[in-house]
Amino acid sequence: MQTKHHDLPKNWELEKLEDGRLALNMGPSHPAMHGIVRVLLTVQGERVAGSDIEIGYLHRGFEKTCENVTWNQCVPYTDRLNYVSPFINNAAFALAVEKLMGIEATPRCQYIRVIMSELSRITDHLTCIGANAMELGAFTVYFYLINAREALYKLTDSVAGGRVTPAYARVGGLTRDLPPDFRQRTEEVFKVLRKNLDDADRLLTRNRIFYDRLHGTGIVSKEDALAHSFTGPVLRSTGVPLDVRKATPYLVYDRFDFDVPVGSNGDNYDRYLVRMEEMRQSMRITEQALAQLPEGPINLPDFGVTLPPKEQVYGNIEALMAHFKLTFEGVKPPAGEIYQAVEGGNGELGFYIVSDGTGNPWRVRVRPPCFTLTGGLSKMIEGGYIADIIATFGQINMIGGELER
Amino acid sequence: MNSYLLDEIKTKFPQDVLETHSFRGDETAVVRREALAEVAQFLRDGLGFDILMDLTAVDNLPREPRYELVCHFYSTGHNYRLRLKCPVPADNPSVKSLTGIWSGANWLEREVYDMFGLNFEGHPDLRRILMYDGFEGHPLRKDYPLKKRQPRIAHRD
Repeated sequence: MQTKHHDLPKNWELEKLEDGRLALNMGPSHPAMHGIVRVLLTVQGERVAGSDIEIGYLHRGFEKTCENVTWNQCVPYTDRLNYVSPFINNAAFALAVEKLMGIEATPRCQYIRVIMSELSRITDHLTCIGANAMELGAFTVYFYLINAREALYKLTDSVAGGRVTPAYARVGGLTRDLPPDFRQRTEEVFKVLRKNLDDADRLLTRNRIFYDRLHGTGIVSKEDALAHSFTGPVLRSTGVPLDVRKATPYLVYDRFDFDVPVGSNGDNYDRYLVRMEEMRQSMRITEQALAQLPEGPINLPDFGVTLPPKEQVYGNIEALMAHFKLTFEGVKPPAGEIYQAVEGGNGELGFYIVSDGTGNPWRVRVRPPCFTLTGGLSKMIEGGYIADIIATFGQINMIGGELER
Repeated sequence: MNSYLLDEIKTKFPQDVLETHSFRGDETAVVRREALAEVAQFLRDGLGFDILMDLTAVDNLPREPRYELVCHFYSTGHNYRLRLKCPVPADNPSVKSLTGIWSGANWLEREVYDMFGLNFEGHPDLRRILMYDGFEGHPLRKDYPLKKRQPRIAHRD
């Protein structure tokens, strides 16, 4: 089949190839790359001489859709951003709208959001390391980690009623409280998780093959990482201790004792180690949060923000009107704009929202952490082996849902 | 209520800063679009904002000037955030690119170009990123209908 020249991307021009270089196409559906992304490579032997990353295969128009629904109706869409850590997106969106409205959720609600965010962070890292290990040949580890993830999914399912798409947060509160046996179930799940993590740690961390594939590959310097707007584990692997939970604490993160692991080489191995440690820190935060968890309401007792309880809707006219208005028109933040950042699984997840004072958002912008990471992938794989792309791509943990929205 | 930071920018660029404000703890400086790159350079070199966290746009149809370019900066050294905005008129939607200052601006500006149709002068590789070649219009513009159909693209072999 003859490929026509004008079908090729602009900076992948065959006649401009230097002597000895070869054009190679990876993806969009490559067996060793989870997520749909196309990497157009020019290679010199086994080495990557240049690359162009093509994305856009999973664009769903999240931002456009949000402009046409009420604020609370955006919440289920946020599940589908980073679908391996949906609670972080939920909480971030709710926080952003609350910041715009100038209100603060109840203490119990904030603690529950922290707990669910940290459980989400663990599932995110488990998926990243599990899939990465699988792509590098350690299939057993994948099953150990996905086993732990499944236990966590069952736990979060019991809370929110959804494994991957919980839509748990609402502006000013949550859909429901924690189940009564949550504490005990969390302890059981953490036992499974600790065992699986220890097993994975023993199988991977000092494994010669795994170490050689990760150590010294996908290196990015501190300066490059900052210039490329990297955040999260990839930035921390270069030694910059930036974690939004510590830097600008939101929710009640300032009440917990936890460490921010940083690397020193900025390579894939450091990213792996950072993620492994972060899961243990997340467990620490969750345990502290469960110990401190206050009693009380989970929703703000303000009929302008959260739906009134059903008994009141049927019993008094104010609650009935509030229910009607909230359902049809939605919450109405004042006109204005705010940016709210939280620490997502892959880095800073930011919501920039603009309101014109009506029930529909004027503009919802998500700052997806892996967008800039994928933008910098070219830089990270250049000069390395073709096989290293798999390791590097796995460690930036590209999630199509949030990358392309 | 203005902070040291906003005052600093105002003193440095008295001609270019159109407005500054602080809402819910977010500090914003609105500058003329001709001065955006210059102010951004000063933010990085003079004030230590080393990360360009986000770069996006807002369509304010029917208000004039129609577009607004919105940049969020973060300083790892000072743990500080700042928002820089500049109005962009509809008849000549063009801004100087920040790719020379932060290489991360490359993809962010491509997305703004794709979604809003704003041009970035000096961008090395300005083409669509989320949409495909042959897509008509810019989806995040307010006059782009939510359920607009696109023409079929010819079969490629």
